[in-house]
Amino acid sequence: MSERAIIAAGIALFLAGAGFPFWRNAVELPRPLELRLPQGQRECVRPVAYMRTSHGDLLEDWRDRVVRSGERFFTAPDGRVRELSLVRTCLDCHEKAGFCDRCHQYVAVAPDCWNCHVDPRSPR
Amino acid sequence: MTVLAKAMSGSRAYRWWMAALAAAIVAGVLLWLRQWNRGLVLTGMSRDVAWGLYVGQFTFFVGVAASAVTVVLPYYLHAWKAFGRVVILGELLAIASIVVSLLFIVVDMGRPDRLLNVLLYPSPSSLMFWDMLALMGYLALNGIVARAVLAAEIDGAPPATWTRAIMLISIPWAVSIHTLTAFLYAGLAGRPFWLTAAMAPRFLASAFAAGPALLILLCRAFRYDAGEEALRKLSLVMTYAMTANVFLALMEVFTAFYSGIPEHAAHYSPWTWLSGGFALAALAMALGRSRYAPAAVFASLAIDKGVVLIPAGFIPSPAGAVTPYLPTAVELGIVLAIWSVGALLVTVLFRIAIAARAAESSLTGFDGPSTLHSTPRAVAEREM
Amino acid sequence: MKITRKAFLALLAVVTRAFGRPRRMAMAIDLAKCWKDRGCTRCAQACHAAHNVPRIPDPRREIKWIWKDRFENAFGRESAGPAVAGAPVPLLCNHCEHPACVKVCPTGATWKRDGDGLVMMDEHRCIGCRYCMAACPYGARSFNWSDPRPFLRTIDPAYPTRTRGVVEKCTFCAERLARGGRPACVEVCPPKAMVFGDAADPSSAVAQLLQARHAFRRKPELGAGPNVFYLL
Repeated sequence: MSERAIIAAGIALFLAGAGFPFWRNAVELPRPLELRLPQGQRECVRPVAYMRTSHGDLLEDWRDRVVRSGERFFTAPDGRVRELSLVRTCLDCHEKAGFCDRCHQYVAVAPDCWNCHVDPRSPR
Repeated sequence: MTVLAKAMSGSRAYRWWMAALAAAIVAGVLLWLRQWNRGLVLTGMSRDVAWGLYVGQFTFFVGVAASAVTVVLPYYLHAWKAFGRVVILGELLAIASIVVSLLFIVVDMGRPDRLLNVLLYPSPSSLMFWDMLALMGYLALNGIVARAVLAAEIDGAPPATWTRAIMLISIPWAVSIHTLTAFLYAGLAGRPFWLTAAMAPRFLASAFAAGPALLILLCRAFRYDAGEEALRKLSLVMTYAMTANVFLALMEVFTAFYSGIPEHAAHYSPWTWLSGGFALAALAMALGRSRYAPAAVFASLAIDKGVVLIPAGFIPSPAGAVTPYLPTAVELGIVLAIWSVGALLVTVLFRIAIAARAAESSLTGFDGPSTLHSTPRAVAEREM
Repeated sequence: MKITRKAFLALLAVVTRAFGRPRRMAMAIDLAKCWKDRGCTRCAQACHAAHNVPRIPDPRREIKWIWKDRFENAFGRESAGPAVAGAPVPLLCNHCEHPACVKVCPTGATWKRDGDGLVMMDEHRCIGCRYCMAACPYGARSFNWSDPRPFLRTIDPAYPTRTRGVVEKCTFCAERLARGGRPACVEVCPPKAMVFGDAADPSSAVAQLLQARHAFRRKPELGAGPNVFYLL
């Protein structure tokens, strides 16, 4: 084959490979994300929009407040005094398997909080 | 071919050597990944003996890195021209040694993924924090100057004047890196084996013996003529430093045993005596000007500082428990791999330096820049 | 004037620091009471259960926050007379006044808390260098040589576990103190041999005990200022 043909083939292959996410999703829609939301009318400690973007930052802030400053409690928007705790506050309403894990797997992130912190619904 | 390319090509023996090093390094990386995955349980360390071969080898190679000062000080501070052919090798050896010692720290950590925490959360009360800064600074100093000197040599020009200023700074810096390393151990009230003011002087003495010993061995291995006088002086430094080191060690033995404090004497195990005996034998060989003295001195110090010193500080434990420490195969494989990284760096860097120097000296000579047509780079490129 | 809760707490902290007296949490262990049942290990059992401390069969890699060792090992061979030789003594982190571990930690993963003097442990930040283990004169710290979870038969979700590669130790049950409770070991001790409280408060039980009776500590000559006292 001529050099030009090889180069053209290479570029075409690269574009096909690099563009894979785009044309694959155009051909077939990705499976929808189904989250099991908490039952009952309860209010999260922050608005949904904030949680969607920044719940990681929130948890890190809580971690620093608990571990390093010794501060353990806060007042939630509904007026209740709650703990700054992933396990005892967040997982009180949310199910790790049906909520947290599903979204994390969908967007392919693996937070290492779970290496230490234990889901009360499945302690093992 | 450029000087670099010339330096990298060589005989069959050289290629086999590089292949063997590469194989050892790859094996070590795989072993370390396994260790990261499963944890440091794969080593021989324990709750009582929290540090072992990794930290010991780290300690030893910081010493080798610091020993560059034995050639830098006479040459840069006292204009000792005899060391002219060996100074660059000392600096390059320092670079390789720092890389090796930093690697030993990384493989020893339980969470190496959190390495940056040392810089993100500075802890001025911790000697480990300062030692890390000092080591990285020393690496930068030597790296910058060695590169400038080698580049100048390849171009047939004398090195820039700022390199001298930086090398003068590296003299107290070299002493500081090994003093800080000694402080890591010598400030611990709970470890009587290490709690001695003699730790830093001992470290410096053993470093100034091991470093020149290794330089002599490397000059022989690379068949590099450093000059009669330089080799003789290196041997002299090695002998005096080894004498000081053994003397200080004997002082420690006296204090521990004459005082009769059980906790102090308890750390002297058969391994300590064995390694001490080896050191004495090496000293005797050095004093007797044996041809094998550099190898014996280097090996005995690699064992005394790099293998015995650290575990001995933990045995017995504060509660009097004797938990033996024996490195595992995984540990040894990783140690071998890191040694191989050092050997690889030394091989490549020394060959570059020697090639640059050889091309240079085949022309008009060292003083004054040669004409553009006869610079080592020009000659090398013409031969291409 | 409206003030946020966060600002109020910060103000309170400043004022307390200026005018309040910091607490000095300490523990006094009455060995005579402890020795009524020499085989008892209730303190260790309670602590390790409450904190998901794994039970690792290999003694070289064991993790223990509180344990018992012979008198001569705890206080030195030279200090064990015939009456106490071989007797088991509960040992734990001493939460020293001048902790060597805090001094040497390169990342600040362990530190001495201002308000009550507890020597805290941040397993999020620990890099596993084990310098603190080398520095501790009392052997109070343990390292996770491997993943602890396989060695945990039951996990209490109320407290996290740890990962391989970090150091852990007794925390004087900071999480219980925050809720006005006492350390698990103190609470469970059947003969009530362990007394815990603010040694800087003259009216506290522990301060009064230390006033009334002679107490000794482990390796006091090292200047670490351990806050676990032993009474005979």
